[in-house]
Amino acid sequence: MSTHTLSVLVENSPGVLARVAGLFSRRAYNIDSLAVGPTENPDISRMTIVINVESHSLEQVIRQLDKLVNVIHIAELKLAESVQAELLLVKISATSKNRFDVDAVLETYGASIVDEGADYMTIEATGDAAKISDLLNALERFGIRELAQSGLVAIERGSGSLADRTLSTQSIPTADSGQADYQN
Amino acid sequence: MSKKMSGASSLVQSLESAGVDVMFGLPGGAILPAYDPIFDSKIRHILVRHEQGAGHAATGYAQVTGRVGVCIATSGPGATNLVTPLADAAMDSVPMVAITGQVPSVAIGTDAFQEADIRGITMPFTKHNYLITDPKDIPRAIAEAFYIAGSGRPGPVLVDIAKDALQKETDFVYPKELSLPGYHPQLEPENQYIKDAAALIAQSSKPVFYVGGGVIKSNASKELMQLAELVGAPVVTTLMALGSFPDSHPQHLGMPGMHGTVAAVTSLQKADLLITLGARFDDRVTGKLSTFAVNAKVIHADIDPAEIGKNRFADVPIVGDLKRTIAALIPAVKAEFAKNKADLTPWIASMNKLRATYPLGYELPKDGSLSPQYVIERISALTGPEGIYVAGVGQHQMWASQFVKYENPRTWLNSGGLGTMGYAVPAAMGAKVGAPDATVWAIDGDGCFQMTNQELVTCALNNIPIKVAIINNESLGMVRQWQTLFYEGRYSNTSLDSKRVPDFVKLAEAMGCVGLSCERPEDVDAIIKQANAINDQPVVVDFRVFRDAMVWPMVAAGTSNDDIMIAREMAPDWDSQEL
Ligand SMILES: Cc1ncc(C[n+]2csc(CCOP(=O)(O)OP(=O)(O)O)c2C)c(N)n1
Ligand SMILES: [Mg+2]
Repeated sequence: MSTHTLSVLVENSPGVLARVAGLFSRRAYNIDSLAVGPTENPDISRMTIVINVESHSLEQVIRQLDKLVNVIHIAELKLAESVQAELLLVKISATSKNRFDVDAVLETYGASIVDEGADYMTIEATGDAAKISDLLNALERFGIRELAQSGLVAIERGSGSLADRTLSTQSIPTADSGQADYQN
Repeated sequence: MSKKMSGASSLVQSLESAGVDVMFGLPGGAILPAYDPIFDSKIRHILVRHEQGAGHAATGYAQVTGRVGVCIATSGPGATNLVTPLADAAMDSVPMVAITGQVPSVAIGTDAFQEADIRGITMPFTKHNYLITDPKDIPRAIAEAFYIAGSGRPGPVLVDIAKDALQKETDFVYPKELSLPGYHPQLEPENQYIKDAAALIAQSSKPVFYVGGGVIKSNASKELMQLAELVGAPVVTTLMALGSFPDSHPQHLGMPGMHGTVAAVTSLQKADLLITLGARFDDRVTGKLSTFAVNAKVIHADIDPAEIGKNRFADVPIVGDLKRTIAALIPAVKAEFAKNKADLTPWIASMNKLRATYPLGYELPKDGSLSPQYVIERISALTGPEGIYVAGVGQHQMWASQFVKYENPRTWLNSGGLGTMGYAVPAAMGAKVGAPDATVWAIDGDGCFQMTNQELVTCALNNIPIKVAIINNESLGMVRQWQTLFYEGRYSNTSLDSKRVPDFVKLAEAMGCVGLSCERPEDVDAIIKQANAINDQPVVVDFRVFRDAMVWPMVAAGTSNDDIMIAREMAPDWDSQEL
């Protein structure tokens, strides 16, 4: 089993998340995480999907996904060729006594405090999976009260964009698309 | 030019613009607005007796004509009755558009009367589906639905339309162009793979054409014939491909798979190259996958890239429309043959010997009762290869695949992938509507027939004179066969015997059909001729056949093709074969 990050551009249409999630479940593919959000184009959303597969079936996953009419493009984002990040919000116990120690940890990981009170502190951090997990380890000793974590999002390194390379504006004349014989 | 009209009229005009000439359906509250303009439309609407019948009829029509079949139903139970035919069409790659009414948009999600989330329900087995709540979206959705259903790997598309979208006024404009950024079926095969395939074909000394239903879908029978004769290799046609290559052709070894011929199954097992054309390595063909064709390289040509490598690794993958793929292979193979061509003589001789040693056959019942295989053989002989044969699911289906002689594509219809009992009668109805001049025989089981025979009423009232042969073994025969073989003959709930209840002859007559029955071998021909001579009414013949007949050969589920049995506890005599 190995982990792969797929960046999937989908039409921003109702039901598209259900289509993708349903495909993964009925074909028994394992999803580690899935994040959906807008892109630079209001008609298109991006899903970042982290999956765990045998290497031979990664291709199957991609091809089956590609069959969904609302899926426009799929790219695998390799670790070295992409920037990947998760968002963490974590509420820890903090008192005036350990405040100083917490600050030191936050500084190391570039995390910040987004809410605080007499005995708690909510911290926000972003980063790749390894960094988030290290941070959580470091915060453990203060007592984690609650945490919320997003799925991974990722983007290709370099100046190009997936959409530039993949969005074809080719249109199909309907004169040929009714009861015509498409394949001949 | 846009015209003001109701969403319902816009729907019907869109269907007309898409080229629909016939649809099968049944109205209800949510779809009712659409039935008003249907009343005036030039589209022929055939009122079925159950929506499942409408769905399978659309499939039968599509299978025979190659056009997109259309069915229409109301929300809730009307829509859920289409679920089985949609799943069936998805498994067998049948182009179909289903239109359903939905509760008004404000009521969606409230458990309103006759609300069912049919878009959600059908997501797994439609090629695509829509929920339309704004009337202006209707023409585009319909145009897209027809394009998606019929292009690439064909499949079913559902368009669910909220009642208020049908009622509101809208501007009707049928789109001149469609833009589907995520849908680009690849039709043209890549040249490099064509060359690679041709090279493998020239080197192979034990090649087999493993032909699937894709050849029929892409109307590539002529090209297949040319390529097959050029290469000279044996040809096997799967359950979905019968008729794509003539049964009478000397290269044809028959059907592979669970109930395939010894020669066809063995040819795949012993081959050094599978030239796979529009087939998908289904478990009913491969048997235990790890033991399937272990020495063969694989050329896999299919229009659906996801089929390639799904079950079996492809040494040469070719994505594209099969007609173009095969047409491209012909000159490429010729060019390779000019350089070298392996000698196929010993391979062909050994396969021919197998075919001669183990032809399809059956034993006549010792008690003199009617043999189901004989009945089917005679229907084929007396109707001929221009007839269209539609089967249900079970033993009779397998016998119809084995003992009808197929010479032409689109003359054999069955539910291959889903195995839907009840497919035959409504699919035959759709087939007859699509090919009104052909003799259409439904070869049905007594079990299957009792699931959907109500569509004979539709046939009788709409001048759709199909013929139905009930292969009446008074049991769920195929399941009974498994109980014989794998459950020590403990026949739990497979007997339909209840002193001739129902009386199929009376049932047929009650539905406006001619009802006939036959139980003596000597009457078979006369009765088939009598049925074939009736062209103004549907005919049902109750063939009361021997109950314990079994389907052979058989590769038991989950076992290896190498363990094929030609009869109970009887394997082919491999020692006498040189393979
Ligand atoms: C809807 C449905 N239910 C159950 C089955 C399982 N099944 C497969 S064949 C068969 C028996 C069919 O009986 P019949 O129509 O009499 O055909 P026979 O095998 O006797 O020729 C059954 C129950 C099925 N394929 N489809
Ligand atoms: Mg039966």
